[in-house]
Amino acid sequence: MTPILSASGLTKRFGNRAACRDVGFELWPGEVLGIVGESGSGKTTLLNCLAGRLRPESGSVVYDSAAYGPVDVHDLSEARRRLLSRTEWGFVNQDARDGLRMGVSAGANIGERLMAVGARHYGDIRRTAAEWLERVEIEQDRLDDRPTTYSGGMRQRLQIARNLVSHPRLVLMDEPTGGLDVSVQARILDLLRGLVERLHLSAVLVTHDLGVARLLTHRLMVMQGGRVVEQGLTDQVLDDPQDAYTQMLVASILPV
Amino acid sequence: MQDASRDSGVESQAYNYAYLDEQTKRMIRRAILKAVAVPGYQVPFGGREMPLPYGWGTGGIQVTAAIVGRDDVLKVIDQGADDTTNAVSIRRFFAKVAGVATTTRTDEATIIQTRHRVPETPLAEGQIIVFQVPIPEPLRMLEPRETETRTLHALSEYGVMQVSLYESIARHGRIAKTYNYPVMVNGRYIMSPSPIPKFDNPKLDRSPALQLYGAGREKRIYAVPPHTPVKSLDFDDHPFEIERWDECCAVCGARDSFLDEVIVDDTGKRMFVCSDTDWCERRR
Repeated sequence: MTPILSASGLTKRFGNRAACRDVGFELWPGEVLGIVGESGSGKTTLLNCLAGRLRPESGSVVYDSAAYGPVDVHDLSEARRRLLSRTEWGFVNQDARDGLRMGVSAGANIGERLMAVGARHYGDIRRTAAEWLERVEIEQDRLDDRPTTYSGGMRQRLQIARNLVSHPRLVLMDEPTGGLDVSVQARILDLLRGLVERLHLSAVLVTHDLGVARLLTHRLMVMQGGRVVEQGLTDQVLDDPQDAYTQMLVASILPV
Repeated sequence: MQDASRDSGVESQAYNYAYLDEQTKRMIRRAILKAVAVPGYQVPFGGREMPLPYGWGTGGIQVTAAIVGRDDVLKVIDQGADDTTNAVSIRRFFAKVAGVATTTRTDEATIIQTRHRVPETPLAEGQIIVFQVPIPEPLRMLEPRETETRTLHALSEYGVMQVSLYESIARHGRIAKTYNYPVMVNGRYIMSPSPIPKFDNPKLDRSPALQLYGAGREKRIYAVPPHTPVKSLDFDDHPFEIERWDECCAVCGARDSFLDEVIVDDTGKRMFVCSDTDWCERRR
């Protein structure tokens, strides 16, 4: 078996400031990798480097594509990278407004990826969109409503449906539950956990919430100041942290 | 060079032949050649200030000025009519600065500059139709960033255009767009056909005439060479359709032309007449 995504020696600087320093990991098919750390620790920069949105100064990201075999994300032509990003990848933004088209209906939002790869049958697209709406627990009669009329949690679920409709193999998530209230968070986490398992997705999840990491991820990477300070199985890292920073992070969770 | 000197100046006047100077006309011709070579691709050009406001046909008039010669016969229409202000002004402009013969008859013209219509009379080999274009970018309303729309064109990523049609069906039960209906040119570029009614879209497909599109404000020229396939976008289960009327033209009785609805008195009485005045006159 080959890893679906492997990064090695990733370094990204903004001027003199290094946002990521020599980050490397391997993500295996069906695995969910969590990246945790305080804000400003380089989590989102790392995710953007993985998605090909940012070009790192050094290091490589190799993705094992279903269509082309292993490819270096940053050596791909822009055309091919964009094609991958709307077929084999999904990207869930923290703010659903960044990942949705707010001006068109939910159905059009979900159908966009299908139409982007050539679907031209209105009835079929609409049916698929309705199915996905149902799968993310939004009532089907909201299909023709715009996301502006949706609540924050619904928007986030719509964004997830919009990404998963093309059956991606790899999903990158940037704080998918950030900014939502706790009960909505729980619902979305539950939904994500179910979908990841059922669709056999591989995912990289960036979060600052250790609870989210505990629930969703198999393996965990702890970042501080652009460096990976500790990585291992989630339960192992959270129950028996080795690094001083991780110990502090784990200790800082308020027991309820 | 000889041609240029022959063309240079309507002798006693201050303007160069066809208003624009020779260098400008050459620049515009280069843009036109490139546009013809890549059907549907928007070629930037150095648009000049013209003696009329943006939105009145500055793009079309520059294209016409670059291609017009002494042997040409020019027809100018606005909304299908030869006798509206804009059409009359542009026709007189070229009669004055280019000494070109003008006509209202579609079949006699070698160059037809148009706003918002394609004539009903089928165009023939050797004719050139020049469209005035307000917004050349068909994706503009969906994607405001120019850098992004250029990328979408370059990579042929046209899902978003289909999204707008999907949205139209979801909201209205059919594709409600009636003018400026997006087309796919030669299976490669999505193009705005300028605000012609979708009724005219089928006339663009494999037309024997050369179609040139000029946008003055955004300084873009694009073209469809003769006999190029032009397909109106649609869905398999919602195919492209043109408008139909229950009425016929009140003046000439035509049933197959694009009709304008005209309110004729204060009590709301209305009549339908051909928007193409030349077509209507010759059928009476």
